Amino acid sequence: MANATKTQNGAPAKSAPAAKIQSPPFTAQQAGIIAAAWLLPGAGHLIQKRWIRGFLLMAAIFTMFICGLKMEGKIYAFNTGDLLEILGFFGDLGSGGLYLLARTMNWGHGNIARAVADYGTKYIIVAGLLNIVAVVDAYHIYIGKKR
Amino acid sequence: MTSGLELSHFTAALIFALCASVVFGICLRPLEVDPKTGKDNPLPMIKYGAYCFAMFVGGVILAGWVMWLLKR
Repeated sequence: MANATKTQNGAPAKSAPAAKIQSPPFTAQQAGIIAAAWLLPGAGHLIQKRWIRGFLLMAAIFTMFICGLKMEGKIYAFNTGDLLEILGFFGDLGSGGLYLLARTMNWGHGNIARAVADYGTKYIIVAGLLNIVAVVDAYHIYIGKKR
Repeated sequence: MTSGLELSHFTAALIFALCASVVFGICLRPLEVDPKTGKDNPLPMIKYGAYCFAMFVGGVILAGWVMWLLKR
């Protein structure tokens, strides 16, 4: 049984990696970058002095979120009902501080009488999803995976 | 926040495409270093963002024509 992880010609089996890849430890600074990037879109890049990219991300995500609200899009609260509403909540939550502000100010009730309000709802969800992409990018820059 | 922004379908799609393309261009395409000068070269980001924008808008126009054909 000792050679159970070896192939017939004695070579190590592919299921047993030769050397375990060491991932860097997750530090408080990394958590701080993620939290800042989530709370304020673009902040993760701005903290790392990627000024142009940070401001462009901020402008894009803010524009989508504010246009969504202006179009009377709906902001989802936490719910356990319809699957699409649950997913909508998680999409909205990606906006971080913008979502918390909108919930605090009681914005985003939606308006089913307006066709464009449905677009607004999608704008708000996509703003959150784009912010998640921006958070991941800021994290990758911080750990050196990207420039 | 409910003063009401009236956008046409196409304008809404253009704003959506623009914002999404900016984020995609920045985040999904790494910043490259010019091997000759050693400086940052953001051209791949700009190209990818423009490509995404063209795909979004092209998709909207194509879908519009498909729906027009289906309606006839």
